[in-house]
Amino acid sequence: MTAKQDTQSLGAKAPLAAGFRDPVHDAQACFRAVMNAMARPGSRQPVGAPDLTPPAPLTPVAAALALTLLDYDTPLWLDKPLMASGAVKAFLRFHTGAPIVSEPVEAAFALVSSPGQMVPLAGFNQGSAEYPDSSATVILLGQDFQAAQTVTLSGPGIENSTVFSTGPLPPVFWEQAVANSRQFPRGIDLIFAGSSDIAALPRSTRILPTEA
Amino acid sequence: MTDTARIQDSIHEQDEYNFAYLDEQTKRMIRRAILKGIAIPGYQVPFASREMPMPYGWGTGGVQVTAAILGRNDCLKMIDQGSDDTTNAVSLRGFFEKTAGVRTTCETAEATIIQTRHRIPEKPLTGEQILVFQVPIPEPLRFLEPRETETRKMHALEDYGLMHVKLYEDIARNGHIATTYAYPVKVNDRYVMDPSPTPKFDNPKIDRMAALQLYGAGREKRIYAIPPHTKVRSLDFEDYPFEIQQFDKPCGLCGADNVYLDEVILDDEGGRMFVCSDSDYCEERRAQGHLGPMAADPAAARIGTKEPA
Amino acid sequence: MYVAVKGGEKAIRNAHKLTAKRRRGDTSVPALTLEQIAQQLSHSVARVMGEGSLYDETLAALAIKQARGDLIEAAFLMRAYRTTLPRFGYSTPVDTGAMRIERRISATYKDLPGGQVLGPTFDYSHRLLDFALAAEDDGVLRTAETAESVDEAMPRVTDLLGDEGLMEPDPVSDEDTPVGDLTREPLSFPADRDLRLQNLARGDEGFLLALAYSTQRGYGRTHPFAGEIRYGEVEVEFFAEELGFAVTLGSIKVTECQMVNQFAGSARAAPTFTRGYGLVFGQVERKAMSMAMVDRSMRWQELGEEQVAPAQDIEFVLSHSDNIQATGFVEHLKLPHYVDFQAELDLVRRMRAEWFGRREQQEEGEAAPEAAQ
Ligand SMILES: [Zn+2]
Repeated sequence: MTAKQDTQSLGAKAPLAAGFRDPVHDAQACFRAVMNAMARPGSRQPVGAPDLTPPAPLTPVAAALALTLLDYDTPLWLDKPLMASGAVKAFLRFHTGAPIVSEPVEAAFALVSSPGQMVPLAGFNQGSAEYPDSSATVILLGQDFQAAQTVTLSGPGIENSTVFSTGPLPPVFWEQAVANSRQFPRGIDLIFAGSSDIAALPRSTRILPTEA
Repeated sequence: MTDTARIQDSIHEQDEYNFAYLDEQTKRMIRRAILKGIAIPGYQVPFASREMPMPYGWGTGGVQVTAAILGRNDCLKMIDQGSDDTTNAVSLRGFFEKTAGVRTTCETAEATIIQTRHRIPEKPLTGEQILVFQVPIPEPLRFLEPRETETRKMHALEDYGLMHVKLYEDIARNGHIATTYAYPVKVNDRYVMDPSPTPKFDNPKIDRMAALQLYGAGREKRIYAIPPHTKVRSLDFEDYPFEIQQFDKPCGLCGADNVYLDEVILDDEGGRMFVCSDSDYCEERRAQGHLGPMAADPAAARIGTKEPA
Repeated sequence: MYVAVKGGEKAIRNAHKLTAKRRRGDTSVPALTLEQIAQQLSHSVARVMGEGSLYDETLAALAIKQARGDLIEAAFLMRAYRTTLPRFGYSTPVDTGAMRIERRISATYKDLPGGQVLGPTFDYSHRLLDFALAAEDDGVLRTAETAESVDEAMPRVTDLLGDEGLMEPDPVSDEDTPVGDLTREPLSFPADRDLRLQNLARGDEGFLLALAYSTQRGYGRTHPFAGEIRYGEVEVEFFAEELGFAVTLGSIKVTECQMVNQFAGSARAAPTFTRGYGLVFGQVERKAMSMAMVDRSMRWQELGEEQVAPAQDIEFVLSHSDNIQATGFVEHLKLPHYVDFQAELDLVRRMRAEWFGRREQQEEGEAAPEAAQ
């Protein structure tokens, strides 16, 4: 990996929060939730992360996703609030080893703690026509699946169609998500992390905005 | 430490496998490939396939996928040629019993993960199940164009002319498409995919299947997937629609129609019978009292037993 | 229930027992010790370490013993073991210029600094079965002098030529450019030289030998000279981040081959000598030379040559060099395929019926006018 590494010191004065209590089986359970979510876009999948007490603004569910998916091979991009927290970076570096990069386009994974202010989806690696799998997976934190704005989803993983609502999101988000799915097979994949469950939106899903 | 002592030590360590054999870093790498595969249905995701303790060609791709997704509470079914008792199915099932200690089953309905080579169970799968295929050659265009650099371009450009030409030449020469297994499909109207060497009889089952399908090719280092309910169309022509193999007899043992049958040679005088390739399906039907036309035949009695003769 | 092999479980258990028995052979004959294999079958051990991609003579000896002398099977055992080992990082590049030389020859210079060191070799032995070996006593060495490593400085031939500007310089890679590792990322094409060399170093000796041979017979002639072949011990060092300096992990025996090839020059580059490079574990000169020749062949694009031969075809060579992969896929044909065969059987029966049907019609058509006459 040629990713530029953030060289800021760990600054870990407080003791590091612990990782998974059972690294093998906790990671497996979390992965299955992610896999089910990706295979059934818009469906909510429970993620148990009761043991995790990561430093804010990282949430327990997002920490579980990070511990499950990230390692030395996955350049990671953090949004401003996460990047500003030395404790968050120390936690992620220690438990995953993922190199933290400064440009969204360099990242294999991105954690967004403040989705309302998030950078455009087009700023992340979209993959190439020959290797569409090289695109980024973007994880949005603090999602509430009871949010007002809903969309109708259809496509692979969905029998007929399904209604999906989540927030907070920037006003332009669904427009960007529609554009993202239009460039299939290129495009990013999204994971929405709630307080105890997750949902996913791969690039293959067709999105029809529905009015609130 | 002497060399011999050192080796004995390392042998002892080998007994203490990580759960499902693979180390966690390898599982993460495979899991990430699976997620991308699901997000791009039918696209072959390259992955850093590991050397496994069984030879390439014996299902190392399927084994790596199963090992990456398997959890303590899963119930695993392992089939080869439709049967749970073929030698390699037995061997791979034993591998996971030893390294993961998970529950295994021969019953299709009981399994949460089914790893298969060359068949899809006759009983429809549910949304709670995952079907893992062992794949030898994942590239459907490979026998038309041996170069990866070329076939990758064709997939990128959605240029499948070569495949249509091949199928059309079949029709011109033989009057029908002469591909009986590993029959190419188009997934979600985008990628042409090899459904692994299952007979084309099984192709309709992968269209809008309720279960998630994961395909692993270890030697060729590719993983691909079909999410549940995804449209999968077998390639054909308007005037030559796709059709599956029809058997004119039912299963000799259980009388099932519309299932895939194996031909069994009974003697050296041309005696033969046709029986379900899906052994669990056949057994369940016989347990329910279904009898096939050959069930009473002494030769069939010999074949219909579970224990070795 | 009909299955390809009934009672699979029992059959497998029995097969394992039989294999164990056959492996041991006649128990009145003493069992081989790993030391015997490591000491007396060193070429086999070296090949298994190279193709198994793991340097450990004792483990290789164990693999050879377990595989009953099947070296590809032994290399496979090494690979499957290797993949379970934790990774600490990558060593610093070994310096073969600082090798403790046991053998060093050049076919291009009669004499050179450090001299020619013949060392242990089959090269000039008469291939006559040595019946005295059949009755060899334990511990009696028939040759008087033991090979000692040579202390004199031994600059590499290619460095000597380089000083004159006749030899293409060593490629200098950017410190920050990571070296590829095909065990961590799947090979994709076009593959750079680092990955090509890694692939060849793990590749099958027989496959590389045949390819190298083909280049000598006109399939992509590259005019090779054995610039230098050296065999001996080199130190392996690992840069420890926390210490801030490199520590020596140990030493390994390697054979290095630098093939020197004439190059007529192109619009871009002046005529010069170019190189093919081979480096393998242990004393495996055949493979080191073959590797160097195939490496040079695959550099056609970079040197502006034409691609005309199989040994130049990077995708072909790299995709088929690995004997663990090759033997797996060839031998998997032993597994049952009767589901697919049934499908083919049905189709062939149908096509035959159609063929005979057509012929009958044709014959009737030909017979009809005759009958009318
Ligand atoms: Zn039946």
